[in-house]
Amino acid sequence: MSHNEQDRIPLPPADARKTNMTCHFCIVGCGYHVYKWPAGTEGGRAPDQNALGKDFRTQQPPLSGAMTPAMVNTVEENGKKYHVMIVPDKECEVNKGLTSTRGGQMASILYNADSPTRERLKYPRLYTGDDWIDVSWEEAMQVYAGVTKRLLDSFGPDAIMFNVFDHGGAGGGFENTWGTGKLMFSSIQTEMVRIHNRPAYNSECHATRDMGIGELNNSYEDSELSDCIVFVGANSYETQTNYFLAHALPNLNGETVDKKRKWFKDEHVEAGRFIFIDPRRSLTTAICENLAKDRILHLRINPGTDTALFNGLLTYVVDQGWHDKAFIEKHTKGFEAALKANRMSLDECAKITGVPVSELKKAAEWAYKPKKSGHHSRTAHLYEKGIIWGNDNYRIQSALVDLVLATHNVGRRGTGVCRLGGHQEGYARPPYPGKRPIYIDQEIIKGNGKMLTVWGCNAFQSTLNAQQYRQVLTRRANIVREALANARGGDVQDMVNAIFDAVTNRGGLFVTTIDLYPTKFAQASHMMLPATQPGEMNLTSMNGERRMRLTEKFMDPPGIAKPDCLIAADIANTLKAMYEAEGNSDMAKRFSGYDWKTEEDAFNDGFRKPEGIDSQGGPTGDLVTYDRLRGMGNNGVQLPVREYKNGKLIGTEMLYTDYKFSTPDGKAHFKPAPWTGLPAPVEVQRKKYRFWINNGRTNHIWQTAYHDQRIDFRTKRYPMAPIEINPEDAKELGIESGDVVEIYNDYGSTYAMAYLEPDMKRGHTFMMFGYFNGNAGDVVTDWTDRNYIPYYKGTWANIRRVSSMESYKESVSFKRRRYV
Amino acid sequence: MSNLSRRNFIKLGGAGAVAGVATVVPVKQSWAESKQRNPGATTLPYPKVTIGKAGDLPENQAVSFTYPDEMSPCVVIRMGAPVPGGAGPNGDIVAYSTLCTHMGCPVSYDSESRNFKCPCHFSVFDSEKTGQMVTGQATENLPRIRLSYDEKTDTLTATGVEGLIYGRQANII
Ligand code: SF4
Ligand code: FES
Repeated sequence: MSHNEQDRIPLPPADARKTNMTCHFCIVGCGYHVYKWPAGTEGGRAPDQNALGKDFRTQQPPLSGAMTPAMVNTVEENGKKYHVMIVPDKECEVNKGLTSTRGGQMASILYNADSPTRERLKYPRLYTGDDWIDVSWEEAMQVYAGVTKRLLDSFGPDAIMFNVFDHGGAGGGFENTWGTGKLMFSSIQTEMVRIHNRPAYNSECHATRDMGIGELNNSYEDSELSDCIVFVGANSYETQTNYFLAHALPNLNGETVDKKRKWFKDEHVEAGRFIFIDPRRSLTTAICENLAKDRILHLRINPGTDTALFNGLLTYVVDQGWHDKAFIEKHTKGFEAALKANRMSLDECAKITGVPVSELKKAAEWAYKPKKSGHHSRTAHLYEKGIIWGNDNYRIQSALVDLVLATHNVGRRGTGVCRLGGHQEGYARPPYPGKRPIYIDQEIIKGNGKMLTVWGCNAFQSTLNAQQYRQVLTRRANIVREALANARGGDVQDMVNAIFDAVTNRGGLFVTTIDLYPTKFAQASHMMLPATQPGEMNLTSMNGERRMRLTEKFMDPPGIAKPDCLIAADIANTLKAMYEAEGNSDMAKRFSGYDWKTEEDAFNDGFRKPEGIDSQGGPTGDLVTYDRLRGMGNNGVQLPVREYKNGKLIGTEMLYTDYKFSTPDGKAHFKPAPWTGLPAPVEVQRKKYRFWINNGRTNHIWQTAYHDQRIDFRTKRYPMAPIEINPEDAKELGIESGDVVEIYNDYGSTYAMAYLEPDMKRGHTFMMFGYFNGNAGDVVTDWTDRNYIPYYKGTWANIRRVSSMESYKESVSFKRRRYV
Repeated sequence: MSNLSRRNFIKLGGAGAVAGVATVVPVKQSWAESKQRNPGATTLPYPKVTIGKAGDLPENQAVSFTYPDEMSPCVVIRMGAPVPGGAGPNGDIVAYSTLCTHMGCPVSYDSESRNFKCPCHFSVFDSEKTGQMVTGQATENLPRIRLSYDEKTDTLTATGVEGLIYGRQANII
């Protein structure tokens, strides 16, 4: 089916039902409106005949809104069909009416049995040894809880493992992190848990938190106010799109100078400057260079050398006397020790990073030299996967925050040291029961654990050392599959016995996936449980500036799919009944407290009872109710909530304005972070193989492409994960755009579609991460930092041409993705 | 360029479009019905508008016209080598709406890259790959103007649009 066939769409009639929806396809959380009305009817073109209030009897002018075929669909509720249209909200302070290529297709990915989303899971499914069969929730729970109970009783909680989301937005949210968290940590009490995108239960921002600074400490509005923004390993045009377009870019373009003047009366202000720290010239950098070359500085560091860069800059800044001595003295600890440990001359810094001294000096002047008016520059440091998945996450973040603290670039408007984010956030869970994170992937590889639940994630496409992980896991899962095949004619109890025997005596692993679709991971599993997505349930999340909103339910989930929190409740309630039946009241008690009928019950049980739990709502979470949030619409409230007054929730725009940092003594703590080079296993690959296999996201594709792989517009663009290669390198290997290439090293091999790009340096490549067809994780080393955070960006491999794909060459554009 | 100037193209398109508007009939079928129709078929009563002679088109230059009415700016380009969906004697002529499918800013044709570029939010569309979005924020490729070619007279005629033109509920207003 050609994607572009539609030349007409239905308009919502004036009385169409209108609800709020926060886009769930990235951290930004843009506000949208959902219009819903009975199928077979439509509004008229006159402004009073349609809910958009627009006159479609004539051509609408540019930028007057967005309304495309991808923004409409047909859904069901209570057995009736409705049309829906999902369009961006002009009044939302986050996106100001903008839409992105991911959010703009929210309507397209709704469940519709007459569209590609028909592949959604509708019923629990059980692998019988031959094939999948649909079963009822009751039966599925008897098997799942039955195995859980046998394992728990026989081996304790360590036999039971989880791969689980920890975020908000798509496949997450406060309701669902709470429901799953309560089950794993309070009831089962297992510590054998890893998060969706990394092999342990750990923070991506551990160091900054240890130093007293939560990673989401400013507002998007601050990017309109900064003198300088330092983007570190971030490509915001593609991955935080409307934050970049609506807030950062206007600053670069000088459109916010008046606002700055108003806010900072005596200070020198001018159009903002951006510094990009990235070995690659990203799309974001290309766009900015195109618009304002003289206010852009691209520090094209050698891969993995961020720590050296920050240390060199810190040293230079302090030597120039540009640090904020009063702030350091009064509000921080450990400055001298960190400075001593991190000290590095600019010459050495240049040698390691590959950035000339003159550019290092220029960066320091732009970002840290006091302004003409004598004030400290307002510089925001915004980072993402370039350092989160970089060379020693903990160390880089320490070095970065040291530099930020020395220059007092936190707690002042226009500053902040923040991650830019991937998913939205939405964390409320009991504390993790382990003392330290555990490298769960390695435990599985070693043969440990007996049952694994893969909840709203898919490590086959999003883990490191993925080939070995997948091979071992599949082998272990197949042992259980065989046992199930041999349990012919057995009832549920026989099935539980067969599974128990396979995982206890034969090294098997019983795998359940809980997701929207049958995922790649499900190919190795034994049970699939159908979950819901935003719109099919009420869901709360917060975005990258801690802005919490309620996405309202407006349609039924497919079949008998349920919200994750209610699946967790089902599991707990089944176990409770099993323990009650055998008179074990202690264990029955551990599985009680799940008397939830709706997701709101789960919300009230977690987020609104913050004492003793880890919640991003903080201690004032109880002030937030669904009703109050509904009243706050798409602008919501920025957490933590300060008070509820005159019918409004009052939130917090910026953290640490009072300089009370998140440490026991309230001071921000410097952390020594000397440069130590590349990790040994990575260095081995670098010496042995020719290409640096950098990897990350592209604009078009959200996460593991769980929806996108079903959407023509996406798969026609990327039938396979693209890998950007320098044309000279490609020529030497006989590779052309559109060829399928193999990428291989000591850890594994993967395949990708070659995409020649002159901006790539010789020896550098960039492969799309996490795709369903071509998985970069297969060649990523198993090295992690001290808390088991992977170095996804750090691997080297060789490339060979496999074949030429004429159909790719014919239908896929290989034009440069840079706006040049 | 021989006897058909860039201006003439615009004028011709405009004139045709006016004629086209006059033939519009009310659309009766519901959206759901239209959606289920054969993807190749157009769903609206598009006017047939003569754009000009293929032989008069300069190579790799965007020539403006409007279609299906004068409020809808389009360009036609003779690429110089056959491209998917290309019309004309050499299968190398393509035409597109120039309103960006993201939020309607006018895209411009960059003859070096042979892409359409939108200055508003930087979407890029490939003229040689049926308007595919190379990168950017739209959810649709650039709408393609369907062309028919009459060998005898070397004439190109616009006969329909694939994809929804920005700022409209239906391509035919
Ligand atoms: S920028 Fe992010 S949140 Fe906003 S529409 Fe795009 S994907 Fe959704
Ligand atoms: S209007 Fe063209 S990219 Fe937004």
